[in-house]
Amino acid sequence: MSEVSALNHAKFDGFASIREIGPLGMITLRAKPDLPGLAEAIRAAVGTEVPATRRIVTNGDKAAGWMSPDEYLLILPYGETGAALAAIAAALKGQHYLAETVSDARAVFRIEGAKADQVLAKLSPVDFARLEPNELRRTRAAQVAAAFWKDEAGYTLVCFRSVASYMMGLLTHSAQNGSELV
Amino acid sequence: MLILECPYCGVKAEETELSPGYEAHLKRFGPGSSDTEFEDYMFARKNPKGVHFERWRHVYGCGKWFLAARCTATLEVFGTYPAQSAEPPADLQAKIKAKRPDWKGYK
Repeated sequence: MSEVSALNHAKFDGFASIREIGPLGMITLRAKPDLPGLAEAIRAAVGTEVPATRRIVTNGDKAAGWMSPDEYLLILPYGETGAALAAIAAALKGQHYLAETVSDARAVFRIEGAKADQVLAKLSPVDFARLEPNELRRTRAAQVAAAFWKDEAGYTLVCFRSVASYMMGLLTHSAQNGSELV
Repeated sequence: MLILECPYCGVKAEETELSPGYEAHLKRFGPGSSDTEFEDYMFARKNPKGVHFERWRHVYGCGKWFLAARCTATLEVFGTYPAQSAEPPADLQAKIKAKRPDWKGYK
């Protein structure tokens, strides 16, 4: 367990601001959506509903996101994953599921500013005009897998920790002053 | 550039977000089959000019395998459907037949 974030809170200010945030607690929960007790488990862990397809539901500093038809991403403060796992285990006792803390396998970035979407639009094959509110979009950023979602202030992007410096390089380059899209 | 709609997450995924799985609806011939059957299963592929059924994986998205029907000549996509389908859905087959009257079926 490391309580140091992937890039020691690296930041960059171009036409949008890039910050490496974290460490953020994350639990990957694999279970079929019709699993008895799933709603209770997610509620116990992060206090939200089961997210609908491609959505993320937030509850203060916690959230639950839809990753695939049988996978959910639970986001919570770094130190609270152990208790959340215990709550999930209690709610899903005897059921077929998998839950594991993946906080240390991930790096998290914030992209903020009026043109934050342009930073990502250069890197991902996503139509940002059609990105819906509370949509958790899994895609790629240049050559690596990433997932991001939008809120009022900007985007939160999650990727593997092993590619954190590559991601920081991408975002930094993409956010350089003068490289705005029209 | 191909754009395929993933039947699991509904994303209209562009080709670079996907990973190809080549021809769909192959019947596996494993232990106990004849050499000819195994050779056909292992190596013989249709490679048509026209309607083709393929496996694709939404590798950078939800990670699920799905099947797609498209035209190899025009890149027209007729539709996508879940990988748990033994054969293309009837409505998709009807749609392809309407657009390509010469099409001989998926087998």
